Amino acid sequence: MTDHVFIDEAPEAGPATTALNTGKPVQTAVAGPWQLVWAKFSRNKVAVASGVIILMLFLVGLFAEFLAPTLPDMSRPQFTNAPPQELRLFATQADGSQQFQLHVTGYTMSVDLASLRRSYVIDENQVVPVGFLVKGAPYKLWGLFALDTHLFGPLNPGDTMYLLGTDKLGRDLLSRLIHGTRISMSIGLIGVGISLLLGVALGAVSGFYGGWVDMVVQRIIEVISSMPTIPLWLGLAAAIPLTWSPLSVYFIITLIVSLFGWTGLAREVRGRFFALRSEDFVTAARLDGSSERRLIFRHILPSLTSHILAVVTLALPTMIVAETALSFLGIGLKAPIVSWGVLLQEAQNVRTIANAPWLLIWPSGAVVLTVLAYNFLGDGLRDAADPYES
Amino acid sequence: MLNYVIKRLIYMIPTLFGMSMIAFMIIQLPPGDYLSSLLATMADSGQNIDPAQVEALRRSYGFDDPIWLQYWKWISGILFRGDFGYSFEWNRPVADLIWERMGSTLALSIASLLFVWAVSLPIGIYSAMRRHSVGDYAFTFLGFIGLAIPNFILALTLMYVSYKFFGQSVGGLFSPEYVEAPWSVAKFVDLLGHIWIAVIVIGTSGTAALIRILRANLTDELNKPYVITAKAKGLPEYRAVIKYPVRIALNPFVSAIGWVLPELISGVTITAIVLNLPTAGPLLLRALISQDMYLAGSFILLMGVLTLVGMLVSDILLALLDPRIRFN
Amino acid sequence: MKADAMQRQAVNTERAADAAAGEVVLTVENLSLDFRLRTEILHAVRNVSFQLRRGQTLCLVGESGSGKSVTARALLRILDKNGAITSGRILLAGKTGAIDIAPLTERSPELLKIRGGRIGLIFQEPMSSLSPVHTIGSQITEALRLHRRMDKKQARAETIELLRQVEIPNPDTAIDRYTFEFSGGMRQRAMIAMALAADPEILIADEPTTALDVTTQAEILDLIKRLQVSRGMAMLLITHDMGVVAEVADTVAVMHYGRIVETGSTDAIFYDPKHAYTRSLLRSTVKLEQNQRSYAAAAPVATAPAPVLSLRNLSKTYGASTGWLGGNSNPIRAVDAVSFDLYPGENLGIVGESGSGKTTLGRLILRTVEPSSGTITYFGQDKPVEVTGLSKHELKSFHRDVRLVFQDPFASLNPRMTVKQVIGDPLVVSGKAKGAALEQRVAELLELVGLDPMAMERYPHAFSGGQRQRIGIARALALDPRILIADEATAALDVSIRAQILDLLLDIQKRLELSFIFISHDISVVRYFCDRVAVMHRGKLVEMGTAEQICTDPKEPYTRSLISAVPNPDPRNKRMLHRTRFSV
Repeated sequence: MTDHVFIDEAPEAGPATTALNTGKPVQTAVAGPWQLVWAKFSRNKVAVASGVIILMLFLVGLFAEFLAPTLPDMSRPQFTNAPPQELRLFATQADGSQQFQLHVTGYTMSVDLASLRRSYVIDENQVVPVGFLVKGAPYKLWGLFALDTHLFGPLNPGDTMYLLGTDKLGRDLLSRLIHGTRISMSIGLIGVGISLLLGVALGAVSGFYGGWVDMVVQRIIEVISSMPTIPLWLGLAAAIPLTWSPLSVYFIITLIVSLFGWTGLAREVRGRFFALRSEDFVTAARLDGSSERRLIFRHILPSLTSHILAVVTLALPTMIVAETALSFLGIGLKAPIVSWGVLLQEAQNVRTIANAPWLLIWPSGAVVLTVLAYNFLGDGLRDAADPYES
Repeated sequence: MLNYVIKRLIYMIPTLFGMSMIAFMIIQLPPGDYLSSLLATMADSGQNIDPAQVEALRRSYGFDDPIWLQYWKWISGILFRGDFGYSFEWNRPVADLIWERMGSTLALSIASLLFVWAVSLPIGIYSAMRRHSVGDYAFTFLGFIGLAIPNFILALTLMYVSYKFFGQSVGGLFSPEYVEAPWSVAKFVDLLGHIWIAVIVIGTSGTAALIRILRANLTDELNKPYVITAKAKGLPEYRAVIKYPVRIALNPFVSAIGWVLPELISGVTITAIVLNLPTAGPLLLRALISQDMYLAGSFILLMGVLTLVGMLVSDILLALLDPRIRFN
Repeated sequence: MKADAMQRQAVNTERAADAAAGEVVLTVENLSLDFRLRTEILHAVRNVSFQLRRGQTLCLVGESGSGKSVTARALLRILDKNGAITSGRILLAGKTGAIDIAPLTERSPELLKIRGGRIGLIFQEPMSSLSPVHTIGSQITEALRLHRRMDKKQARAETIELLRQVEIPNPDTAIDRYTFEFSGGMRQRAMIAMALAADPEILIADEPTTALDVTTQAEILDLIKRLQVSRGMAMLLITHDMGVVAEVADTVAVMHYGRIVETGSTDAIFYDPKHAYTRSLLRSTVKLEQNQRSYAAAAPVATAPAPVLSLRNLSKTYGASTGWLGGNSNPIRAVDAVSFDLYPGENLGIVGESGSGKTTLGRLILRTVEPSSGTITYFGQDKPVEVTGLSKHELKSFHRDVRLVFQDPFASLNPRMTVKQVIGDPLVVSGKAKGAALEQRVAELLELVGLDPMAMERYPHAFSGGQRQRIGIARALALDPRILIADEATAALDVSIRAQILDLLLDIQKRLELSFIFISHDISVVRYFCDRVAVMHRGKLVEMGTAEQICTDPKEPYTRSLISAVPNPDPRNKRMLHRTRFSV
């Protein structure tokens, strides 16, 4: 026996829900795709923080001359492999009282006659006053403006302030690191630009036309991506004549690094093109009479840009690491150009590192931080790239 | 299945051809040729050079031939006679120099691959099944760090740490007393004592990458209807997961050979240079710096071939593992 | 509604004249389920109660989003991680008293025994519901070994027996096959065999035939019903199709937005629906059983003898030897020598099951797929045009007159363009309008398809499936076409919305003098919408006639089997049980 039962109410208009308090909702009905991508991206706090770090690194690179306390190649032979000086806020005055005085402590140096090695001891009594916006070594900002103001440095230009220590020629590691930021960050950016051009163009052509064009491009990609990268980079970089100017070397290294980075991008773009080409909305646009140009630029590429951005972000650290590795092995960038890899070249063997660990720690810290930040940023972008899924 | 393997082999031919072109290009790339650098060295050391002898050498090496003929001579020598050219720096045929080094490169790569698999499989499964747990976050974070540290920096750091805290130098594959000794249990143990640091250095980034891939894949698979079917059948969770989604998520694991191997060989190269291991890496770097190009080019070619073979193996394993590939 | 509206949740009871009911095996009491979403908690199931009786079938019917599948899965405690049972009991009767499934933990041995052992489950998608990398046999024997403690040999023998019972041919070889080697119907049979392996008392079938063709659907429903009767199982059948309900249900529960709004015997629900939602659901279902066109346009063939589109021997062959390797020796004829005429103002339906070539035929006419042979003649404004001979450029003007409406309202609109850009795109491309004129035309079109013109600045994701389909139709109409090809244009929509869209198309046709080629697998939709119907089977056009003639008096054996397999939404007149079968 089954009873005939019913709810004596008008049908409801929608599902029953209880709103959760999760902040301001996005007006999705009229929000454009980029607004949605941003809304999704900004929920990922780690990615946003990484984005800020990347931005700051670029600013450091941009204003390297101003931010560095001194010039990167200013060497003082009396301070070779000197350990970092500590930054302190209060200094003991003559009367024994503590008073606010931004300063670093000085060194006393002794030479071990047996091993002919210098050792430095922090001398608490030696006070080197430091401050902001001090006059120091003159430089030309971006090669244009002759200035001599540095953000931070010793008040007396003759004093030393080695916050991160010095290298074997007595050069300030901090200043070199800041100048290295410019080279390392820019090499990634330019390299990825070239990769992007190659990857998007070939990937799009390959994915859109298919057929034999696709076949040829695919073979090329397969050949390049199945070669182990480092030996290949080595092979190409070693062919750079020693006589070339540092600037030419810089550009050719960028080119080498990017030449092998485009394959991943091309694959991604091709795959997405393939998928999108058979999407209904593309067929619809085709039937609307759109030309192939219009199909690509108006209908397919806009759906790709956010994905491309994500892939590019994830490709950038590879380029930076590549440059670092090549320079570290001595066949990449060379002095007087300063990059993180060039800095690491000075930390070649255990003995050096044991003697001056800061030569390893700071440059590799910069590399790892950058790579991490790019990875987190790229991951966040990739997750946010398609705001319409689910 | 046989058809599939044959098809894959045919597909390899153009790729191999492309690789040989790249290797040949690298050989040809440095300005001048070996002969000119040899002449320069001889002139430097004050030796007299007989122009006729130079001419004879020139002809015998075919330096005046058109480029395609030079390529043909080089590649046919390799293919038909196993002749990789001559190492001018070592004054020996390249073939005499490379095989031992390539052998140790391969051995180290395979050891690292096994390490990558052994570590990433359990962690990947754990992370996917217990998403957003403390353990998952910890592994994810470690994975990110692992991906972010370049091989050579990790090698340098481990060297420094082990020197500083254990007072031990970790370079090389053997302690000095075993380098020349014949193989014995003790030598093997000594090898294990040295090789672990290299394996960790080389394998870390691959492990991190594979954990991420496995976690993502398995997470996708866990939401598939067939997993619900398995659960609806009454299988306990772990059995359902191991039999079904893990089996399918293993695909990227196997195909990883294809892309992890080039990375591992890359890693072996630079790590070996830093740790001073007797693999192809240090020899390659030295050859490149002294422009001993036949030696360098042969290494690069062989490393490429090695990864290609790895890809073939991974494709065949994949077909064995997944009937969908096998039947198409 | 009723007069005493003061009672907010009055429950009305009425005895149903039903046959003697079996004993109760499962009782669901006041079950509620919540899902925690990102911005809200969704109360997916609210206070749902029902009973399953031995040997009887309860149909849980509802449209998408009604919570019917979630309810079914909750009985086995299979829920997504963000879902939880908030209240209620699920009592499974047993010899030693009832077990409440609701509070059991995910890993408790009791639950694992019930899953598959006492309650079997069949899903909608037989392809994705079976593991692609394991053989059919290994997936079934697993259940046998788990619940019936058989050894390998016994389990294998029993599996073959099960496969025989679900009428899979050659069960002793089929056991070692993989799912992708099976057709959809065979996969579903294997799925049924697996669900029945442990001889459960209750069978839950979640839309078991939705992904299948009508004839296969009839066979599978038939099989399930017979197995249920012979094993005396209780069955919970989840479906959206009132026809299926009428054919198989003993009792019906209608779900709407998480609540059961009405329960009763099948006869009571169909002949005496009380709740407004049940009535509207039935109305839209029954409505599709009648032809709208028989009185709208009497006989277009007689009055307008000049066709607007003529197909002659149109064929598409795949896998013919074209490559240098010789190609495939047995090519597939996707479309095989199809000829017909389409007249102005006519609605021509093309029906067929999957693989019949109907979709390919639509694409051939538009030449998004190139025909292998045959002719398509279009009688446009001035002189007849041979479509197969048009160049890429000339094809564009043909595409302005002959437009396509897509099946999937989600995939066919670019998510990154506003509605204005989507609808305006053909106008912009053809240079017919821009600026204010474009905006005005888009507003006109939106009004024509029954949408608010104010919505043109919105993005497609802000619209429901039915509204998106309207946008798609507006785009198709933008260039004043003469022929619309609608490829399964209503297949992705719920039944009530389906009727609305069909009425909209009929209305537009009257106003704009259009011809339709309406491609569908759904015979009731075609019957409702079309003047003439062409039936396709394996690439061939097997029969053509007026909609009434095809649906009531088919001549060809294939058509007869197809028509008789369509479930009839009338429990007093079940059609499928005495259907004609078509043997190859």
